[in-house]
Amino acid sequence: MLDNIFGIDVLTFLIATPMLGGLLVAALPVDDDVPATKWLPRITALLISVIIGIVAGIVFYQYQQNAPAIGENQFLFEAGPHRWFSAIGASWHLGIDGISAAMVLLTALLTPLAILISWEVSDRPSMHLALLLLFEGASMGVFTAMDMLVFFMFYELSLVPMYFLINQWGSLPQKGVKNSGRFYASTKFMIYSIGGTLGMLLATQIIGFTAGTYEIAEIVSRSGDWLSLSNSANAFLGISVGTVKSLAFFGFMVAFGIKVPIWPFHTWLPDAHGEAPTAGSMLLAGVMLKLGAYGFIRLVVPIFPDVWVSEALLGINWATLFAILSMMGIVLGAFAAFGQNDIKRLVAYSSVNHMGFVGIGIAVMALLYGEAYMAGDSAVASGQMMDAIAATNGAVMQMFNHGLSSAGMFLLAGGIYHKTHTRDLREYGGFWVKAPIFGGVFIFMSMASLGLPGLNGFIGEFLVVRGSWPIFTWLTAISMLGLLFTGGYILKGIRYTLHGKFNMHWKDYNLEIERREFIAIFVLGIFIFWTGLYPNWILTTINASVTTILNGIG
Amino acid sequence: MLFDLFGQAFSDKNLMPWLVPFWPLAGFALISLLTLLLQFLQRDFTKPLHTIPATDHNYGGHHPDYDGMDVPYQPFWFRITAIVIGMTAMTLTLFFAWSLVFGALDDFGAGTFGKIPSAEQAVEEEQAAEPEHGATSDCEDCVYQSNIEWMSLGESSETGFRIGTLVDPLTSIMLFMVPIAAGMIFVYSIGYMWHDPRQARFFALICLFAGGMLTLVVADNLMLMFVGWEIMGLCSYSLIGFWYEKESAYNAAVKAFTVTRVADVIMLLGIVYLWSLTGTLNFRDILYNTETLQMLGNTKAILFGSWGLSASGLIGMLVITGTVGKSAQFPLHVWLPDAMEGPTPVSAMIHAAAMVSAGVYAVIRMYPLYVGLSNPHAADPTFSAPLLYMAIAGSFTALFAATMGTAQRDVKAVLAYSTISQLGFMIAALGIGAYIAAAFHLITHAFFKALLFMSSGSVIHAMEHGEHHVHEHHAHAHNRQGHDDHHHDEHGHDEEHFDAQDMFNMGGLRHRIPVTFWTFLIGGLSLSGFPLLTAGFWSKDEILADAWNGTTVHGSGLHMMVFWVLALAAFLTAFYTMRQLGLTFWGDARTEEAEHAGLGGPYSIVSVAMQAPLIVLAFFAIVAGFIGVPPDFPILGSIFSPEHNFFHNLVVYTLPAMANGGAEVFHVEAPPVRFFPVFMSVLVALGGLFVGWLMYWRKPLKAGQADPLIRIVGENVYTTLQRRYYMDDLYDWLFVRPFRWVGINVIKLIDKGFIDGVLHKIAAIFIWIGDFIKTLNAWLIDGVGDGIPKAIFGFGGWMRRTQSGRVQQYLLIVLLAMIAIGILFALSAGALAIG
Repeated sequence: MLDNIFGIDVLTFLIATPMLGGLLVAALPVDDDVPATKWLPRITALLISVIIGIVAGIVFYQYQQNAPAIGENQFLFEAGPHRWFSAIGASWHLGIDGISAAMVLLTALLTPLAILISWEVSDRPSMHLALLLLFEGASMGVFTAMDMLVFFMFYELSLVPMYFLINQWGSLPQKGVKNSGRFYASTKFMIYSIGGTLGMLLATQIIGFTAGTYEIAEIVSRSGDWLSLSNSANAFLGISVGTVKSLAFFGFMVAFGIKVPIWPFHTWLPDAHGEAPTAGSMLLAGVMLKLGAYGFIRLVVPIFPDVWVSEALLGINWATLFAILSMMGIVLGAFAAFGQNDIKRLVAYSSVNHMGFVGIGIAVMALLYGEAYMAGDSAVASGQMMDAIAATNGAVMQMFNHGLSSAGMFLLAGGIYHKTHTRDLREYGGFWVKAPIFGGVFIFMSMASLGLPGLNGFIGEFLVVRGSWPIFTWLTAISMLGLLFTGGYILKGIRYTLHGKFNMHWKDYNLEIERREFIAIFVLGIFIFWTGLYPNWILTTINASVTTILNGIG
Repeated sequence: MLFDLFGQAFSDKNLMPWLVPFWPLAGFALISLLTLLLQFLQRDFTKPLHTIPATDHNYGGHHPDYDGMDVPYQPFWFRITAIVIGMTAMTLTLFFAWSLVFGALDDFGAGTFGKIPSAEQAVEEEQAAEPEHGATSDCEDCVYQSNIEWMSLGESSETGFRIGTLVDPLTSIMLFMVPIAAGMIFVYSIGYMWHDPRQARFFALICLFAGGMLTLVVADNLMLMFVGWEIMGLCSYSLIGFWYEKESAYNAAVKAFTVTRVADVIMLLGIVYLWSLTGTLNFRDILYNTETLQMLGNTKAILFGSWGLSASGLIGMLVITGTVGKSAQFPLHVWLPDAMEGPTPVSAMIHAAAMVSAGVYAVIRMYPLYVGLSNPHAADPTFSAPLLYMAIAGSFTALFAATMGTAQRDVKAVLAYSTISQLGFMIAALGIGAYIAAAFHLITHAFFKALLFMSSGSVIHAMEHGEHHVHEHHAHAHNRQGHDDHHHDEHGHDEEHFDAQDMFNMGGLRHRIPVTFWTFLIGGLSLSGFPLLTAGFWSKDEILADAWNGTTVHGSGLHMMVFWVLALAAFLTAFYTMRQLGLTFWGDARTEEAEHAGLGGPYSIVSVAMQAPLIVLAFFAIVAGFIGVPPDFPILGSIFSPEHNFFHNLVVYTLPAMANGGAEVFHVEAPPVRFFPVFMSVLVALGGLFVGWLMYWRKPLKAGQADPLIRIVGENVYTTLQRRYYMDDLYDWLFVRPFRWVGINVIKLIDKGFIDGVLHKIAAIFIWIGDFIKTLNAWLIDGVGDGIPKAIFGFGGWMRRTQSGRVQQYLLIVLLAMIAIGILFALSAGALAIG
């Protein structure tokens, strides 16, 4: 196994290299009129991200080859715990299991493509590229953290580059609008996220203080009694244990719920995705949304199994409430996407729609996990085991697949915007006439996003629906309405962009896909095909960890 | 490893089914990749390899003129390459598919193929089998099958999900029909799309279409079948909207995709429900497992269980909804008539070889599941919910669509409604347990409907040719050169639009395109069920015989209803077929266009490529019926079925002998030949043909003459039929508009209005608080900080005013000062005193 690179353990390398590389790229001189300095930062950034991609690929491969048997400690490549923030008991502790391995791979795959696409940025390009690398480092940190404070730190850190990307490099003002929406969008994004993470910080502190450790695995293994173990005898700062637990749960819930996004915390997303530069949208949709979903699977479900099955309101428990909200996201997200005339906002709402399936998968996992926990079992009841496994695997697959297809969709939408400087679908029309390759690729990507069987998107949805049907039957049935309207908005996008008479306004524009865009799409396309035709290449790895988690409750 | 398997697949018949869909799918990939490769050869990626002005006569097809714009254009050799790839793929598929079909008949033989021998039989056979005679000795399942683990789930590989292929009798009959029908469609497309600049794309897409259908056919589980199912959905969408610049085309495409998707998402629920209950989706694992079927039949359904619905009933209803969508049954039939917006080979593909057949095929595949614990063949027949639903919906659709077919003007629309109607026959047959008759009709229908569609395409092509000819002569203001681009954007022009598909513009075409006339006639007679000679007669007769058998032997009311409704529908079928033939081919040309119709000479590539497949299919439209002649049929029975009904004997082993209750539900004998049903099917066929002849052949319509049908049924009924009973308008009001409204307003009201509204209110409150603090700062802190200098300044100013020079003012100031000093003294004294 690849233990270390230049004496640094490999996961730390995956976090540190993009960040240091980002600093390096930011410092490089850039002058687009001189070929040498024009290409230096661009090539350097791409090279760094490709190296990260290769290392992450090797890590994923080696994890797969050495994957621990089901039931054993699923974490490999562990680094630390090293002394880090010993004053409060936090330590530098990294490691990956099958779920994080998939996410690390996704991050490392999308960043080079985003950087390749950002070559077209001519406004302060080196800083733009540096921010992308910084974001990659932060995301890697979240996905590899085994310490809650490390997790929190990188989770917050990932906001910063994204804020500046939207704020500084976002869209130009659209026709008929005086101000560019990017300031509103970036501020909304920032306040939303910070608002969410405030509660998360509090929750992290409460848990860390009472449990006396920030080790995630440690806390999870004591999830039942971490509060009672605290020195203050069933109370924390004079508040009862139940309340404290609920508060902490709520803090996490809101923070991750905003990120996923779970309806109704999603309204930052269309603005942020719509206004962000192409690369920013790709990483936002491809990676950032996964941070929230990953947080649920890694932290909220295992740490609060009992809270999920306790009553939230009107006699329904938290898991069911979560499923209802996810269902709302699927249905209303699809409707909202259908109602859009702005291509990037349409794709953005499609994320709300798709991530709803991740939400339902998580809800099933949380419900069954919580019920097993309350029953004192160490595994989900055997009659429901397959439901839980299918739903959880489906949620993770959906995360991975949505990362691929939404990044692709944003890439293409950004490509059109870059060429036409408008995002209004109604101003397009008949582009297939002049851009046959673009048309084919656009339909391919749309179909991946639609969840056409044979392509990747179907796998996740199929598994989630399989898992959730016996548990949340009606909710799943209603979600099908959303799946139907997924078709509606996807076809609307194709219809306005490619079909119809060619709009002669664009007669002298070059609308065909560019070589860089095509290379990026091609790489995504390979993964989309591969996952759709033979999902086992990644599912085996995910499934081992998921099964271990569901068999190791309490 | 992969290459080894690939190599093995050529010889190992268990692996060979993978190759069947592989070739067309690879063909699709190859054509697409070659297009990309061409582009990559460019220095500037965004510049296409070739461009020509959009008005160039080489840039034919259905599109607007785009004056002054250059469009990307694929060179001629590239188009030829695409055709070669497509044809090669289809030929290979045909070869492998047929070698599987005939190999299976050879290895197992009809009657054994598909059987699971009982335990004793297996032992016997093992003892009896000679070692070198490998086929029967390892004939444990007597089918070709193989599978791989596709999704690992849970702890062991047992809980994982496997996909694989299966060739059993039902698959084999499809493997016989699909490649030959699709192959003929491919040949036909060479001619039909010859003038279309996007012919390469067309070939790529029909490759994918055929690949999807064959995936569905060889799949051994419901999930893989669903994959093929949805690939076809995509292809139908892309191909119906192939001439995507036409508004009617892309609207039809969206409609087809959306309507079938309604069905598909519901079907998906049925699939996951089945999976969650049985832990597998493999056909043979479920269907041959009596315990599983028993369990499904006895489990209460998760939804509507309290209404007495069993799990298998609910699964059946959900999965059948998929079929209702795909096979265009009421109420989801609305997409199919619009689907003829695509090029005609696509219509043939959708209506005959692939798509709609897939729906019926899927039902036969999982038939025991739908039958559940009921038994439609018992003395006191019982029908599960799915069966009842199919019997009613199918027979209703058969009649309903047939009535609409009688009043259509468009030559393809008649065929579209006849497809819906004929599929209704099959679904109704399935509803009353006659699954073999349904399978038989599926095969014969595929042949004669493919034939009819392609013949009608030939008619349309000829009419477009005639139209072009007329345009040339009248020197209309079409500024284009060239003689041979004879269907250059007929549909792009709005002015004085001539409808080349309107049958009332035709007439007398038998003189212009004689080959097409004869093949069309054969197809039409087969569709009408012309007695004894045509395939359509035998299959339709078997459905009616089954229905009559149930009516008389078991006294089943449902069977009787199906029988009479289908007989009426068959009558209408014969009638509208004759009407169509009469209007199109008989009499004299009613327009100048029809007078000059033609396919560009008998030996042009278009003419040959378009008419040769018609002849092949006409052959099958006749002989395909002879594989299923009842043995006890007078004279013909002893000729074609000396021992037993070949088709029946083959297909019956697709399903296990016993249903759940132990009754012989699936291995029922074909009903004996009775006089009445045969008489009835002869009567309706000949009767319908006769009425059609009376109205449209005896005195052929003159130009401008109204449809004689109007006199009979009245203007209102006629219009209602033409407007499809206003179903489209109804759906528009019920679904399309409300959903669009919700789509637009969900953002306005919920996202922007409510959620963001609340957030903006919160933000406003915080801004207000911020402003308040700011004001407070300005007033208090800044007020003090800035106030002191300001006060001094102000005081100075005020002081300046004191120097006014007025005595009274000075005195007043002195007075005030003295009072102030006095007060100060008083206060300080008091303070001191206190202190």
